[in-house]
Amino acid sequence: MNFEFSDEQNLLRDQARGFLDDNCSPAVVRGVLDGQEAWASGLWKKIVEMGWTATVIPEEFGGLGLTHLELVVIAEELGRCAAPVPFSSSVYLATEAILAAGSQAQKEHWLPKLAAGEVIGCLGYAEAAGQTTAKSLQAKVTGGKLTGHKTVVADAQIAQLMVVAAASDSGDGASLYLVQLDDPGVVIDEVITLDPTRPHAGVTFNGANAELLGGEGHGWTQLEALLDRAAVLLAWEQLGGSEACLEMAKNYAMGRYAFGRAIASYQAIKHKLADMYVKNTLARSNAYFGAWALSTDAAELPLAAATARVGSTQAYYFSSKENIQTHGGMGYTWEFDCQFYYRRSKLLAVNIGSETLWQEKLLRAAERANAA
Amino acid sequence: MDFEETAAETSFREEARNWLTANVPSEAEMAGMSGIERAQYWQKRKSDAGWACIRWAKEFGGRDANAIENVILGQEEAKLDLPETGYYFAIGQGMAAPTLMSWADKAAQERFLPRLASGEDVWCQLFSEPAGGSDLAALRTKAERDGDDWVINGQKIWTSGAHYSDFGILVVRTDPTVAKHAGLTYFYVDMKSPGIETKPIRQISGDARFNEVYFTDVRIPDSQRMGNVGQGWQVALTTLMNERASIGSGGGGVKFDVLKKLAESVNIGDRPAIEDSAVRAKLASWYVEEAGLKYTSFRTLSAISKGANPGPENSIGKLVGARKTQDMASFAIDLLEQQGIVRDAAFDEQFGALFQDTYMAIPGLRIAGGTDEIMANIIAERVLGLPQEPRSDKGIPFNEVPTGN
Repeated sequence: MNFEFSDEQNLLRDQARGFLDDNCSPAVVRGVLDGQEAWASGLWKKIVEMGWTATVIPEEFGGLGLTHLELVVIAEELGRCAAPVPFSSSVYLATEAILAAGSQAQKEHWLPKLAAGEVIGCLGYAEAAGQTTAKSLQAKVTGGKLTGHKTVVADAQIAQLMVVAAASDSGDGASLYLVQLDDPGVVIDEVITLDPTRPHAGVTFNGANAELLGGEGHGWTQLEALLDRAAVLLAWEQLGGSEACLEMAKNYAMGRYAFGRAIASYQAIKHKLADMYVKNTLARSNAYFGAWALSTDAAELPLAAATARVGSTQAYYFSSKENIQTHGGMGYTWEFDCQFYYRRSKLLAVNIGSETLWQEKLLRAAERANAA
Repeated sequence: MDFEETAAETSFREEARNWLTANVPSEAEMAGMSGIERAQYWQKRKSDAGWACIRWAKEFGGRDANAIENVILGQEEAKLDLPETGYYFAIGQGMAAPTLMSWADKAAQERFLPRLASGEDVWCQLFSEPAGGSDLAALRTKAERDGDDWVINGQKIWTSGAHYSDFGILVVRTDPTVAKHAGLTYFYVDMKSPGIETKPIRQISGDARFNEVYFTDVRIPDSQRMGNVGQGWQVALTTLMNERASIGSGGGGVKFDVLKKLAESVNIGDRPAIEDSAVRAKLASWYVEEAGLKYTSFRTLSAISKGANPGPENSIGKLVGARKTQDMASFAIDLLEQQGIVRDAAFDEQFGALFQDTYMAIPGLRIAGGTDEIMANIIAERVLGLPQEPRSDKGIPFNEVPTGN
């Protein structure tokens, strides 16, 4: 047993943090928030040059052939700076979907493009307020043509490729499809969200060409497995954000004086920051186990993923709101950066299903583990 | 990163399991023994076979095992119905022993450590006082030099096991004219010394696990001092760090699996409680905390096996574990509805009085070894590096510090 990252992985973390310090400063995030650009396309080009989009793609498909332990290291650093890039959509979701379910031809066609950043991928499955299930899916493919609507798809307006869950008459009630977003049968309408640093859109399909990804009627099972994998990666990104909140709150509390002393010396503030540290530490430990389960395809992955996801979601929500609180009035101003994390924590808390949904997944996984 | 066991670890687990299952004392051979007698009987058998305090050096009665092996042994022990030993030996083995290893001379180490490992000697901790709780260094029990001896007068409190202990670790004030922390000195004391009197304290749980210990002109040879005169606080910190590591999450039996079993066996409305979404959400959150604590302890192990000392981050286990267990026991009682208040082990075949006993025991765990609030201060100051609150007694001679009741 060994519960630490390797020296090489720690080196990668240092490099990633240094790179993002240089290239993803708060000014970059603010530029997108203020609408100066729709997303940080310049940063994205450099991330692609670093090879991060190619991390877990096998070398035969133009990737680096590294493991998910390297990918979680990058995820944490991207979360720490609230990077306004489509990394989670393209890497954790679209790339993972094709790696898991793609035919040899689909892999040969798409993976090198995703690795090289020529194509940005995204995932659409939600169709209405509340939970989307296999039974509730309305989007449908007939004769290779997709019709239907996905309400809020991250990065749809900057992506070229979308993995779509649509209803199926057979199997588990759903199938996954690949849809190219320049298809004339696709209409993309931007939606305004809590977190303008990540673009989102509603996507309508009017008979768009759809290519089956994986087995007909196995779509929901594939989607659940995909989300389990993404949950671990997002847990690391959430953890990075939560750590950034603690760091911000700490730095502010050390420098801000009230009644003649640093507010960090008051127990009310100290205990708040200690609570953040405790939540982050527990979340990190669960994220470790999730990373191990993901990198080894362990049987424990569904339970480990749900545990990591719930832990990181709770920690990030707590840290992001209490970071604002620690900053007092200034934390509530547009001028301060606390808002980046308050927005992003909520986006990441619901983007692949809420805490409620993942708590239920966790319990089902624990029940299955007991039954086995 | 690898959460799987190595072949060597698996083979160690088998060796441990085989020895344990072959040597579990039967009820018949322990008939008529008290709790501590059972503990000593079992501990001696472990020690004779090299399975006691396995992380310690062989010369001190250990096995030179590593941190992971120690956890594996603990996991295998937990699967068996063994005599309770931690309750009697945790302070001696978990707190006095590491302090002896760091601060005592070789002769004292050779004399005491093997007898601690074998359970022949039981030790207690004489730190807290009526006027020194969270502010431990405000203790007043005084030691005055008299030839080669020190003469001790004062009172200690919250001393677990003082009435059956052979020795105690003791912090006293040797100089009241200097600042609080600078006037302390650390000793070990023979609990059978003339002038020591113990009185049990009854707790809200009904048990009396703690004592008041009175010192009246108790003589301790200077050779039983650990560290220099005036260095007592520094020595005490060694003990306290190990205390926080050894108290751990506490609360024993009320874990996720037990609560899930309860939720499967009682109803909400006409359906099993386990089908209620509010119950499921709570259970999931507790699972996340429980797993987080488990994997945090694994990560600490990795650090310790690479040579690190248990650091202030160990405060997390007790801080999170005690609060969580209190909430879980309270929720279990709620799930039982009106019957939840029954505290009679014979009344409930499946769970006995586990939830009710835990509910009454846990308030003590949130205080023992540093309150939740002190733990949070330790994390804030020692891990995050936040400044201390201004202290009114800072730099003032101890005998000039204002005192309340």
